[in-house]
Amino acid sequence: MIINHPLLGPRDAAEFVYLGDASLIDRPDPNADDAAEAFYEYGYLRDNPAGEHQELWYHEQGDRSWLVVTRNTVTHEITKVEIAREIAKSRGRSR
Amino acid sequence: MSRYSGIKVFLEGLTGNKGWKPAWREPEPKSHYDVIIIGGGGHGLSTAYYLSKVFGVRNVAVLEKGWLGSGNIGRNTTIIRSNYMLPGNEPFYEFSLKLWEGLEQDFNYNAMVSQRSILNLFHSDPQRDAFVRRANAMILAGADAELADEAQLRRELPFLDFDNARFPIKGGLYQRRGGTVRHDAVAWGYARGADQNGVDIIQNCEVTGFQIENGVCTGVETTKGAISGNKIAVCVAGSSGHVMAKAGMRLPIESHVLQAFVSEGLKPTLPGVITFGAGHFYVSQSDKGGLVFGGDIDGYNSYAQRGNLPVVEDVAEGGMAIMPMIGRARLLRSWGGIMDMSMDGSPFIDKTHIEGLYFNGGWCYGGFKATPASGYCYAHLLAKDEPHPVATEMRLDRFKRGHLIDEKGQGNQPNLH
Repeated sequence: MIINHPLLGPRDAAEFVYLGDASLIDRPDPNADDAAEAFYEYGYLRDNPAGEHQELWYHEQGDRSWLVVTRNTVTHEITKVEIAREIAKSRGRSR
Repeated sequence: MSRYSGIKVFLEGLTGNKGWKPAWREPEPKSHYDVIIIGGGGHGLSTAYYLSKVFGVRNVAVLEKGWLGSGNIGRNTTIIRSNYMLPGNEPFYEFSLKLWEGLEQDFNYNAMVSQRSILNLFHSDPQRDAFVRRANAMILAGADAELADEAQLRRELPFLDFDNARFPIKGGLYQRRGGTVRHDAVAWGYARGADQNGVDIIQNCEVTGFQIENGVCTGVETTKGAISGNKIAVCVAGSSGHVMAKAGMRLPIESHVLQAFVSEGLKPTLPGVITFGAGHFYVSQSDKGGLVFGGDIDGYNSYAQRGNLPVVEDVAEGGMAIMPMIGRARLLRSWGGIMDMSMDGSPFIDKTHIEGLYFNGGWCYGGFKATPASGYCYAHLLAKDEPHPVATEMRLDRFKRGHLIDEKGQGNQPNLH
């Protein structure tokens, strides 16, 4: 697979480390009343779709950026690659 | 119903082999079953077999989306073993190995169960200590384990690269009762046995939805119409997430692709299964002569049943690191299967919060060796509504309770298990 890095252009997926579903960006509020349940779901449950999947890849052997890759899990086709930090900021996180 | 035997093969040979009948029927689904098993792979078929044979539940259907045994039962590297360590796992896998030992006589089918041994190599003193600990855990659970030193291995397996500069081979942990089984025959044997007990095996029948009312599952929607059932048992391995989503459930599972490989046929060279201790590589030789081997999963979510080249390279490097002699062997085929990788690397055989809906999955890439015990324990749960004594820890709620079964201590990162 080739991941089209927004800054560095097309890179071999072997340069990256895979973490998992991009919903891991949305860490629950630890002070909420339902924090234990929310963290259980955050830590352990996954949508695991057959089809389009947004996921976190870390460019370890490159610029060490975290990317959000939109990829089809049935065909391995990559349709979108974004910088994870920008997505996190757009959702209200500080970094 | 006819039994297979040497005499039958002989008599059929004399009469032009005209007396062989199909090994199972091809029935149309009835409108209602006591138990509906979703997934006609190894685990689903063995569940149906033990339900009908041991637990006396015979009004059973197995629904298979494709053809019987088209998934991981025909895609694995055929290894059986019980060299686990943790209390939640080891008794279960040892139970499975004991079932393998009597399987062919039990279901009257030649599955070519071959206890040719499995050897886990170690490459350092600390790794030896860890393997001694594992061996003791195995022996405590009633399994067999035997430590081999370097001198013994040099005699038995002279082709290994003992003096490898980076990963010298210092010895290994043998389980002599481990080995290989002809995987397709496992599916066929269980299917034939279940069919003879009255189980309906319905192929090309995809489940498209569940009938759930007020928290009770009463049946399934399929491409062959609606079928009602008292108990619905999901057993779909790599498709677990995809199928359980139809019941509105999220699982502690990610689906990943694992590749496997076979070389051209060679003269007999490997006596048993050998695994690399410093990387991920396991190899055996099939009775046709091909080296059957594999390594790590590709590491990203996938339902594609095919992988990418970096892992092919990694697996080949692992092989070359322990037995450079295979470098000249040509790769004949490679293929992929979808693994239901769980959050702690261990499986589930459990009820769900929806009454009447049961779940069996999360086998990671260790499902084949578990086939008999998985089916037996799932059948036990379905028939008695309580877990089999060796499967009490394989619960869906174990992450919430903090009782993980994490053999490798990797935590909730499925692609590291």
